[in-house]
Amino acid sequence: MSKKISVSKAIGEALHEEMTRDENVIILGEDMGKMGNVFGITVGFQEEFGAHRVWDTPISESGFCGMAVGAAMRGMRPVVELMYNDFITVAADPIFNQAAKMRYMTGGQATVPMVLRVPMGAGRRNAGQHSQCFENLFCHMPGLKVIAPCSAEDAKGLLKSAIRDDDPVICMEHKLLYAKKEEIPEGEYTIPLGKAAVKREGTDLTIITWSREVNFALEAAAELEKEGISVEVLDLRTLVPLDWEAIVASVSKTHNVIVVSEEVKRGSYAGELSAQIAEELFDELDAPVERVCGLNIVSPFSPTLEDENFPHPADIVKAVKKVLNK
Amino acid sequence: MMLRIRGFESKAAECFTKGMLAGNIHLCIGQEAVPTGACMALEPEDYMASTHRGHGHCIAKGADTDKMLAELFGKKTGYCKGKGGSMHIADVAGLHSLGANGIVGAGIPIATGSAFASKIWGDKHVTLCFFGDSASNQGTFHEAINMAAAWKLPVVYLCENNSYGVSTDIHGVTNTDTIAVRAKAYDIPGETVDGNDPVTVYEAVKKAVDYAREGNGPSIVECLTFRHQGHYCGDPAVYRPAEYMEHAHEKDAIPNFRKKLLEQGTATEEELVAIEKAVDEEIEAAYKFANESDYPDPSEATTDVYSSDNERSVVR
Repeated sequence: MSKKISVSKAIGEALHEEMTRDENVIILGEDMGKMGNVFGITVGFQEEFGAHRVWDTPISESGFCGMAVGAAMRGMRPVVELMYNDFITVAADPIFNQAAKMRYMTGGQATVPMVLRVPMGAGRRNAGQHSQCFENLFCHMPGLKVIAPCSAEDAKGLLKSAIRDDDPVICMEHKLLYAKKEEIPEGEYTIPLGKAAVKREGTDLTIITWSREVNFALEAAAELEKEGISVEVLDLRTLVPLDWEAIVASVSKTHNVIVVSEEVKRGSYAGELSAQIAEELFDELDAPVERVCGLNIVSPFSPTLEDENFPHPADIVKAVKKVLNK
Repeated sequence: MMLRIRGFESKAAECFTKGMLAGNIHLCIGQEAVPTGACMALEPEDYMASTHRGHGHCIAKGADTDKMLAELFGKKTGYCKGKGGSMHIADVAGLHSLGANGIVGAGIPIATGSAFASKIWGDKHVTLCFFGDSASNQGTFHEAINMAAAWKLPVVYLCENNSYGVSTDIHGVTNTDTIAVRAKAYDIPGETVDGNDPVTVYEAVKKAVDYAREGNGPSIVECLTFRHQGHYCGDPAVYRPAEYMEHAHEKDAIPNFRKKLLEQGTATEEELVAIEKAVDEEIEAAYKFANESDYPDPSEATTDVYSSDNERSVVR
């Protein structure tokens, strides 16, 4: 049995089910209560669960992220939203220096079972401070886990696992996926952290990607099939911990790889993946790994400029042909 | 308690000077009356968040000096198995000590989050949040206290005002005479007291703890105190006028309180000597324990990053 719902609704279902299941799950962030979140994810939650479990915070990202760390150390499971992932810059200390490191610095005593939901991504004409993709920052920091689902089914299942996980988990949600309606299973299910999914099987080249770019990779793969090129699309779903076995299996089959991400190319997580593959799977490769990423620029406002700044299916098609020398 | 803190700090300074300790340590010699009086106002179940100058807070909350000194030595028998060192000593489950913190002002939201959990659970525990005068100029001070005040969270903000942030005089970078006056901005109680007298500190903090436990919300208690050493052990503190140390010695809680106890007839000379001897023995035993303990095995470097998926997450 399945049902068709939007990605944002699937995220809302995950939150609702986990709040019902565990009274220590609380929500805090800007406009999460009365308004029910700027994307409508928590509409009705405050009435149902009470103001003591769904908190409208002031615009104090550093303060409420730090409070979530303290509450999580006491055994709460706060699910915090930064309205945009770009705002991590003002909440960097509580997440990078506190949440991520607390377990290690205390010799394993403290656990920080919090989830930080960070809507991200370009394409909404929101310009330089509301459109970025910070996978590289989050994945860099030891102690954080990072998920970046592309579908309604994955978003619900992964978020539920993230809430139950004892480590701090960053949930990267692409804003342009929220309205996308997709089939998901009825009822209770979870998807384990750290498991990639082959979204399309192929034999000539592997596209490693996540989040919204999975859809673009699938479009590109369909296009390339018409030209007789068989592309495998590996959706990482979880960026940390990385499903290295899935990467090895796919690369050992296709021997060609591109990594597609919306990040700024310089210093990207796509670059990190490309380096790992080059270091450890060199003998499997028929050609150098290609990164297909955003440009090294500030996210522009004007549609014609912004559309230049993240990989489209045509860019992926071009990169695949380049790697395959076709 | 004050003697135990000073004894610990003096031994730590000695070990540091001899090159036995790696890194840096921040000593609270001169400030002992503050954690002593403040933690006496807590119930054992209450929570406490500390700072980079936090050895005194931990001891006053009940920490074992042997496990603390072992942590300073980077030994596996330390509170954090040698992974945190001086600035991260914690005993979350046991002593409800949420940890010292290497980032100035970062403990304020964490302590507030602990109080937030208590408020939601209705568990009646109060969280005591230590911070220094200079942390009051971090944004976290404003953000966290604003929320604690708005939501009436059971937390006591205890400012240890020793007048200096590293080398910078607080009065040169702050327009108000006191830190406690900022309480007005949040419409909460704020009081500045003599932090060199443990009884005065106890009374002020007890009032704030009771106020918080009764559901009235947070208070700021500012304790005026003196940092005898520089910012870190070995800092010659040339930036301070000579009068600072003159006042510091005049107001030194340990000789003054000793004198007071004798004058009041609360304790006899023999009793005090016995206490001093017991503290010396405790600190010597802590030193022996720390010095003789083993360093962690190098393979321990990659444990405790994650509670699950640790092994594969630290590899890739």
